[in-house]
Amino acid sequence: MADVLLAARGLSKSFRGLKAVNDVSFVVNKGEVLALIGPNGAGKTTCFNLLAGAMPPDHGAVILEGRDITGFRADQACRAGIGRTFQVVKPFAGLSVLDNVAVGALNAAKHVGEAKERARAVLDLLDLGHKVDEPASSLTLPDRKRLEVARALATGPKLLLLDEVMAGLRPTECDRLVEILAGLNRRDGLTILLIEHVMRAVMKLAQRIVVLHHGEKIAEGAPEAVVRDPAVLDCYLGEAEL
Amino acid sequence: MKARALLGVLFALLLIAPAAIGAYPLAVLILILHYAYLGIAWNVMMGFAGILSLGHALYVGLGAYVAAALYASFGLPALLGAVPAAVVATLAGLGIGALGFRFRVNGVYFALLTIAFAEFTRILFDHMGWTGGSSGFFLPVEHGHTNLIALRGPPILFYYVALGMTAAAFVASHALMRTRLGYAWLAIREDADSAAASGVDVFRARMAAVAVSSALTSLGGVFYAFYYNNMYPEQIFSMARSIEIILAPIIGGLGTLFGPVLGSFVLTLLGEGTTSLLEHFGLAAPGAKQVIYGLALLVIVMVRPAGLWPWLARRLGVGRDG
Ligand SMILES: Nc1ncnc2c1ncn2[C@@H]1O[C@H](COP(=O)(O)OP(=O)(O)OP(=O)(O)O)[C@@H](O)[C@H]1O
Ligand SMILES: [Mg+2]
Repeated sequence: MADVLLAARGLSKSFRGLKAVNDVSFVVNKGEVLALIGPNGAGKTTCFNLLAGAMPPDHGAVILEGRDITGFRADQACRAGIGRTFQVVKPFAGLSVLDNVAVGALNAAKHVGEAKERARAVLDLLDLGHKVDEPASSLTLPDRKRLEVARALATGPKLLLLDEVMAGLRPTECDRLVEILAGLNRRDGLTILLIEHVMRAVMKLAQRIVVLHHGEKIAEGAPEAVVRDPAVLDCYLGEAEL
Repeated sequence: MKARALLGVLFALLLIAPAAIGAYPLAVLILILHYAYLGIAWNVMMGFAGILSLGHALYVGLGAYVAAALYASFGLPALLGAVPAAVVATLAGLGIGALGFRFRVNGVYFALLTIAFAEFTRILFDHMGWTGGSSGFFLPVEHGHTNLIALRGPPILFYYVALGMTAAAFVASHALMRTRLGYAWLAIREDADSAAASGVDVFRARMAAVAVSSALTSLGGVFYAFYYNNMYPEQIFSMARSIEIILAPIIGGLGTLFGPVLGSFVLTLLGEGTTSLLEHFGLAAPGAKQVIYGLALLVIVMVRPAGLWPWLARRLGVGRDG
């Protein structure tokens, strides 16, 4: 039995009667890459919001390394070790690329100088090293996606939550990001939970998959098994690119 | 580095200016420095942390009244009275901040809240007997001796105090922007959700911005009280003053360090220039200054929405925020 890093226990969240997430439980093991997939509106992003403290769950608990972090605010969740990206990217538009990532790095760094060094290293890793002085507002969407990953990564998370960071990337850019993330996972043992529609990225990265549909978990398991699951094919993968 | 040289030259010029100019230009320079200082203080909240306050006259007024009342009643020198003045103003700011930020009153609605509190306080002081109510509060004018600690003396004393305050506020906000807190403010200004996801305690950082800004502003109020020796609730707490405070940083460049200083020079010179020109031609026009300010704001918002400084800095080839 692998070490559990994060456990979601019976998470539920409703928006004006709509059950966006309904009694969802799963665990993320230390050092693994887990993919969260499902059709549009399945409740994936809402799940992230519950895990990362962007909103409190109506029911259920979030346990990180055995510690109950349910109801933590976003900044508390970040300090506890959950770094997240936003599906709709939220860069600090008026700040330089370096400062964007330095804000994240300050979560792990003792002072601003150290944060900037960390930020530089993370930006180099994500192939943004040559753009450090540009304002974030001048970046293209693929670069903004990478910046979003860099900012989250710079916080020094135990668990990195990635919300559709491959969307809008060209296949070569996507492969490159997969390679970088795989490297982080294998080399540094970084645990990653990713929401992704781009199945070629999911199949290359994920060791396990959880499938959500209408806010409920309908399948879970090894990628090869999940993509053959009739229920999953029925609601999702029938339409998605494989 | 070029920005630093520019600043050094400006500061040196301001240091020796009194030797070369008469009483009226000195008074105008004091006004310029006073509004530059208040602009820097307001800019901490709006320019850095992105919190719009349209009620900063509240902190000016509280600072002025507290220090003046303590001096008049107990002879407490201005520099000591500045401490309780800043404490009172900071507490008021934190109260408004807590109310606004806890209940997620943001943007324009928060600005309305700040106006409401400034107006409440104006009405309160209008009816408060022991500070003279609406007929104002006056400090005894003592001629002939100079006392820096008590802020009593000739205009040149106030000139150097204003210069010192402005320089100190400038250096302090420059230093603050290079700290963890400064980064938190900028991040919140740009995107509060992303800031929180990066580990920034948004509520606390916002409260810190309000605390720093209201404390600094109240010291401007202490200066006001001892320089003018009189204060009326309807003037010192007025909406018009709140607006006047924010014009210099907006015209000079929001969120830049030099913007409030540049903006104050441009605005005050424009305002004073027009007024004395009109007086010269025997045209006493109350409100002329306000019209000029309004026009200046209009032109800037249309032509240089980011303010004068970012544009000027580019032309001079110096760091944008230096
Ligand atoms: N803040 C909110 N307020 C109201 N409804 C919301 C909110 N966030 C999500 N929803 C609703 O909850 C449901 C799940 O949304 P969610 O964003 O979690 O889906 P998703 O799986 O991430 O979809 P996608 O693949 O399109 O990103 C949707 O019906 C959505 O409209
Ligand atoms: Mg989503």
